[in-house]
Amino acid sequence: MAHSYTPGLTVTDHTVIHRRRMLPLPGNVLVKVGDTVRSDQVVARAELPGKVFPINLANQLSVAPGEIKEYLTKREGERVEKDEILAENKPLIKWFKTEIPSPVTGTIESVSLVTGQVLLREPPRVLDLLAYVDGVIVDTVPQQGVVVETTCSLVQGIFGIGGETSGEIVMAVKAPDEAVTPGHLTSAMKGKVVVGGSFLSADAMKQAKTVGVAGLVVGGIHDEDLRALLGYDLGVAITGTEQVGFTLILTEGFGTIPMAAKTFTLLSAHAGRQASISGATQIRAGVIRPEIIVPQAGAQAKGAARAQREGIRLGDPVRIIRDPMFGRIGEVSALPPELTKIPTESEVRVLEVTFSDGNRVVIPRTNIEVIEGT
Amino acid sequence: MTVSVSTPPKIDRPINVIVATDCGSTTTKAILIEKIGDTYRQTYRGEAPTTVEAPFEDVTRGVLNAIAEIEELSGRKILDGDQIITPCRDDRTGVDIYISTSSAGGGLQMMVTGVVQNMTGESAQRAALGAGAIVIDVLAANDGRLPYEKIERIRSMRPDMILMSGGTDGGAVTHVVEMAEYVAAAEPRPRFGVTYKLPLIYAGNKEAQPQVKKILEDKSALVVTENIRPVLERENLAPARNKIHDLFLEHVMQQAPGYKKLIEMTGAPIMPTPAAVGLIMETIAKREHLNLIGVDIGGATTDVFSVFDGVFNRTVSANLGMSYSVSNVLAEAGLANIMRWVPFTIDEQTLRNRIKNKMIRPTTIPQTLDELQIEQAIAREALRLALIHHKSLATGLKGVQQERTISDVFEQQTSGKSLIDMLKLDLIVGSGGILSHAPRRIQSMLMMVDAYEPMGCTRLSVDSIFMMPHLGVLSTINEKAATDVFVRDCMVYLGTCVAPIGQGKDGAVCADYEIVWPDGKATKEQLKFGELRLYPLDAEQRASIKVQPAKGLNMGAGVGVAVTKEVHGGVVGLLLDGRGRPLKFPAEQQARVAALTKWFTAVDLYPNGS
Repeated sequence: MAHSYTPGLTVTDHTVIHRRRMLPLPGNVLVKVGDTVRSDQVVARAELPGKVFPINLANQLSVAPGEIKEYLTKREGERVEKDEILAENKPLIKWFKTEIPSPVTGTIESVSLVTGQVLLREPPRVLDLLAYVDGVIVDTVPQQGVVVETTCSLVQGIFGIGGETSGEIVMAVKAPDEAVTPGHLTSAMKGKVVVGGSFLSADAMKQAKTVGVAGLVVGGIHDEDLRALLGYDLGVAITGTEQVGFTLILTEGFGTIPMAAKTFTLLSAHAGRQASISGATQIRAGVIRPEIIVPQAGAQAKGAARAQREGIRLGDPVRIIRDPMFGRIGEVSALPPELTKIPTESEVRVLEVTFSDGNRVVIPRTNIEVIEGT
Repeated sequence: MTVSVSTPPKIDRPINVIVATDCGSTTTKAILIEKIGDTYRQTYRGEAPTTVEAPFEDVTRGVLNAIAEIEELSGRKILDGDQIITPCRDDRTGVDIYISTSSAGGGLQMMVTGVVQNMTGESAQRAALGAGAIVIDVLAANDGRLPYEKIERIRSMRPDMILMSGGTDGGAVTHVVEMAEYVAAAEPRPRFGVTYKLPLIYAGNKEAQPQVKKILEDKSALVVTENIRPVLERENLAPARNKIHDLFLEHVMQQAPGYKKLIEMTGAPIMPTPAAVGLIMETIAKREHLNLIGVDIGGATTDVFSVFDGVFNRTVSANLGMSYSVSNVLAEAGLANIMRWVPFTIDEQTLRNRIKNKMIRPTTIPQTLDELQIEQAIAREALRLALIHHKSLATGLKGVQQERTISDVFEQQTSGKSLIDMLKLDLIVGSGGILSHAPRRIQSMLMMVDAYEPMGCTRLSVDSIFMMPHLGVLSTINEKAATDVFVRDCMVYLGTCVAPIGQGKDGAVCADYEIVWPDGKATKEQLKFGELRLYPLDAEQRASIKVQPAKGLNMGAGVGVAVTKEVHGGVVGLLLDGRGRPLKFPAEQQARVAALTKWFTAVDLYPNGS
């Protein structure tokens, strides 16, 4: 039977995770199973084919495509330097001479006698794939990549921007409901992963950029501040390649929302420790969530990865993820099986959530997420 | 089943019990169809999460789970371990055939190329869209990009397949070969599978075939087929579409997790979901001689289908949807356009944050009435934008010389006119969660009326539980079964909208009308501007309506000309829309909220008439 269950975000002090590190195209794997790796260590390398530059010689020399070989000074496969003469005509009068210089350094990939085009390819670029987390190689896929295993503390965020980075965890605020202001961000935070509370303002984002923090982890931001930061309105939540100066991870969502106490306490406990973080988010099938990984130095990478959950249980800590009580955290206190009519008149499966002050509310099951991890 | 799509299998045995699945991005939906007496009916349904992704990485797990749910509900034994029992062993065991559609893993993503963007480029786009693909880019010699930009673009995209077109048969070959050179230089890689070659269909100028083969044969899994534009005046899309379906099965599906097994399980070729939906819409439109527009508004994308005068078109607005893409609807429509449908005021920041929160938690549902009203406001805009997109591509051929007669002397028409004529439209079919599962059916009807602004008399319906994909693939093997279920279980007729075209002052006379009800009684009234009126009229019933539009208004027969029509009822009824066409809103905020409240109350759209 299908479960009416929204997979939650993991916040756990101790878990074993695997991260697949795959090259975008075949290359060489530089490590072997059992090797211990650091987050900044290169584990695989590939050569990205260089950019291709087409030049239509027939047009530029005003000759028929089938004749261009006669004017080429280089042959297919030969190397050519930037501004080196690639082709030239040989007129009777020197004034009418046309020389075509190469726009790039590279090789002549092909010459087409149908279109009169010459394709130049720049030298390949080396692509280094880093381990991303400190850990042990547990699997290698020839020519493609590796799987790194690490014992760590793990915090999953709900949304992020920016790619992978690492740095020491530093707390900017004292409480999960405190907003980060520009004043909280000091030059000592350069290259570090800064943890805030409920909100990060546009001014604080600017200050973070000036300071040069590696990453920011906060409860929420306003959508309009995100738009200003990116320079465009984000249409779909597929991120990870943004270049805004730092990696940003939201743990709760959009708006001013206190960071879940469990998340804040866990990150506080690891202040001063090195963390690997990624803002990459993909909210589609095959969900990718942003994450903060704090490897546990010296811990043995033993034990199986987290088991899949079966469903929601009484007593589970949950976060309400839809208005009117968006961001509130409580405990599941009842799971009525029957369909219940909600104010929109839809008949849906619901559950009862009890807050720490003893108040109880009934919420559609799809509108909560379990805070996972122990 | 591994036969070609272009030649559906012949099944000799009787087919009385059918199980069909649609493997969506997030959910696999299964339905059971049984022959009861002489009629096929959809009897049970089950669903389960799709299992294409880790940790399962086998689509058949989700299929078996969904079918297991049907087993539980129906008491029929369908599964024997991981096998579907076919054919039926007795009344309670097995099914006669299992069929499936799929859009899991993001559907079929294609890149197409042409020589001239709005000629062969558009033809290639229509061929790919009609085959159920999402077109991620259209490259053409005149698309404004520099050659190296084109190559970079091809390199950075990872399509499932490329369709190359260009040139008429016997025309110039240079531009076609040039594009082949770009594609070869880019060395495009497929989305799935690092080691296999990207399927590429060449359907351009036949004179260029030898050169294209020489350039691309080693770098891709090249298939050559008939030109999609053999002459400027004619498109020939069917051969390319069939090849797309075949390659989808042979290459793309083979790479997706678990699909090899799924292909073996099915009794007919697996179709891309939108291709199957398009097929059933086309079949129905042709059978009933209707002009129709169909829409499937999903979480990530909105598909629009149309059949006008027998010509089928499909478009997909890849980033207009109600959950994953909800934020993009805001970006494309703009806040003001969404807010015009919301019957209360809300500050921009709160609304923006709410929409983004829906984007990052796409499975949540509105819990309060104001949240529902905001979602339905967004849906109106997504539907509206998707239809604009559709109209721009569902056109006559561009750049074609038109034959003109003496009667056309005073009528100037450009080529490439949209085929979508709202006055000729007979039926609108809505599908997708927000339309199929709206708490009140009138909400679905008004969302479509507001978004599409139908003119004259137009019938509206919704897909009851989203089973059009299943019926589309079923229609390839048993048309009677598909039609029976479509008519009896799939379509929920909402009613008919009657809307005069033109503008007038609020409260002024829009039209005089007389309705003769099925019992012979008549209602004679005046429709005022700014009014919505709803009359109950059951789904099986018809009424006759005579509309005399006021001065300067049109019901489709000409300005001020009276129209008499027989209109169909539905679960909502007969909606008289006196708001004018095009729809206009009061500019002032309070007046806009008041107008919306008046309309919504008039048709009892929300609880307490709010």
